[in-house]
Amino acid sequence: MDRVDHFLTEDQQMIVDLARQITDEMVIPNRARYDETEEYPLDIVEALAKSDFFALFVPEEYGGLGGSCYDLVLALEQIGRGCVGIATAYAASALGAYPIIVGGSHELKSKYLPDIASGKKRAAFALTESNAGSDAGGIQTTAVLDGDEWVINGTKQWITNGGQAHLYTVIAITDPSRGARGASMFVVEADDPGFSCGPKEKKMGIRCSATTELIFRDCRIPKDRIIGRQGTGFITVMKTLDRSRPGIASLGVGLAQAALDESVTYAKGRYQFGKPIISFQAVQHMLADMAIETEAARALVYVSARHIDAHPKDMSKASAMCKVKATDVAMKVAVDAVQVFAGYGFMREYPVEKMMRDAKILQIYEGTNQIQRNVVGQELNKEYT
Amino acid sequence: MRIVVCIKQVPDAKDVRLDPVTNTLSREGVKSVINPYDRHAMEEGVRLKEQYGGTVTVISMGPPQAKAILSEAISCGVDDAFLVSDRAFAGSDTLATTYTLAQAIKKSGAVDLVLCGKQATDGDTAQVGPGLAARLDMPYVTCVKKINAIKDQVMRVERMMDDGYDEVEIELPALLTVVKEINVPRFPSLRGLRKAKTFDIPSYSAADIDADPAQLGLGGSPTWVVKVFPPECKGERSMIEGSLEEIADKLAGILSDSAYGA
Repeated sequence: MDRVDHFLTEDQQMIVDLARQITDEMVIPNRARYDETEEYPLDIVEALAKSDFFALFVPEEYGGLGGSCYDLVLALEQIGRGCVGIATAYAASALGAYPIIVGGSHELKSKYLPDIASGKKRAAFALTESNAGSDAGGIQTTAVLDGDEWVINGTKQWITNGGQAHLYTVIAITDPSRGARGASMFVVEADDPGFSCGPKEKKMGIRCSATTELIFRDCRIPKDRIIGRQGTGFITVMKTLDRSRPGIASLGVGLAQAALDESVTYAKGRYQFGKPIISFQAVQHMLADMAIETEAARALVYVSARHIDAHPKDMSKASAMCKVKATDVAMKVAVDAVQVFAGYGFMREYPVEKMMRDAKILQIYEGTNQIQRNVVGQELNKEYT
Repeated sequence: MRIVVCIKQVPDAKDVRLDPVTNTLSREGVKSVINPYDRHAMEEGVRLKEQYGGTVTVISMGPPQAKAILSEAISCGVDDAFLVSDRAFAGSDTLATTYTLAQAIKKSGAVDLVLCGKQATDGDTAQVGPGLAARLDMPYVTCVKKINAIKDQVMRVERMMDDGYDEVEIELPALLTVVKEINVPRFPSLRGLRKAKTFDIPSYSAADIDADPAQLGLGGSPTWVVKVFPPECKGERSMIEGSLEEIADKLAGILSDSAYGA
């Protein structure tokens, strides 16, 4: 396939090739089954762990392979090309680990990151509640210090990897009088007393990834499980999302590429009026737009990931921009793919209807695309003072 | 525990062609891969190492390009690899091959367990495993589908049979040949690929392994392949068209007119 050359290093190309191999040989042949059964794709997640993909987002000093945003983006694009549900089951651990990576003490990092890097332990990130998602200020879960322990009470909602993760990075209010400065993040282990997960939610797409409530009833954890200092919870969340959003964006690029690949192949083989439908300009222009948008989205995601890896003071705008662009493109391209396939596209026998269902979540999770536009807008407002 | 796994480079079974003139396997332009059964042997070696500790060394006898499969083995978790390669090995049958491999293994040091695939998908003899065991003076079990336990130098394994399986005990050092049911081979790992990139695979000649020239290659091979040919296609195929009833009627007619008819 003749794509735009992004001049990857030998090591980056190796990541792409291995992720592509696992996607082609294991993800694509199993995605329809996992979509139907809604089972957690444990065998694939474990294969990814054995192949060091969980080490990809962890710094070297804690048993990882470096933790560059670009490396993870390249891997996620390939896995997302196969199945965004399976890719989400994998990526959720990165999101769950980031708070420890960006805000945790050396002790906390040493305790948890090596096991995450080896895939022995999976992680999950817990922010959303029934009254707090886009509005993180609405968090009602509380953590109160009682001697040498924090006591957590509250309920988190729609937590990816719920029930499948071994550790959860959770934000809770530690000082209600201090507003945004009154929240802190903690590491909760799956077998901590007072912690439990609700049943798996039934979703439109990414059905195999686990999404549950997390319930904290006088959940007691040791004092040293706090991530960073008390009151830094929101800062840790923002730093986490700045680094994780390009990953979601790259799932969009992967999905758009898959929808485009399927559409072009179909349009060349489908005959109407005695000609392959790709020969009709109406179809050809649709395919052209799908390709143009996909390449544009990929370029923005790659550039943003490299920008983030350079550790700039401000990465929010680039991170938000690439998330909006790539996931809006994924949705549009997936809808158009179903249109190119027409009646066949609507059938579950063909892969594009699943891509269309899966694409929708990309515009919603890790911050809706409306919230991302707020981020971009606020940054612009700051820049032009 | 030191484990040695013997692997062979074979033409990809999805892409095998015979040269119509020479009647030999046409290797030109055909992708070479690790013999699929050997892949399972390699995986089992790595799993045993992970469970019981030790090292896994892969060896291959073949032309210099066979280094590619040894490098792939490194990326899949084996610790060490070497090639045995010499023009003198050309034309080896299984007798000469087992001699060469045995010399190489002996030269590489003491070994607790040798693993081979059940057979190679090109030659399909299934003789190298047992032959190698005889050369190394080791007991062996073929067609192993499961290793249950290793305790006090005794291994308990399941040997696949046509109508079930045997549970067999074997004392180490030993040789096992494995079937594909034994495991699902892993993908390479990123760390493995990085290691493979810089891993210099040594190549040993006939002299390096102290081999007796008389027992090598064509000269050391009592087996001579006279002719290789694709089996002749004797049957004639025809498609029956029509409705289900018509197809059934026509088929019944053909069968009763044929030698199978009553």
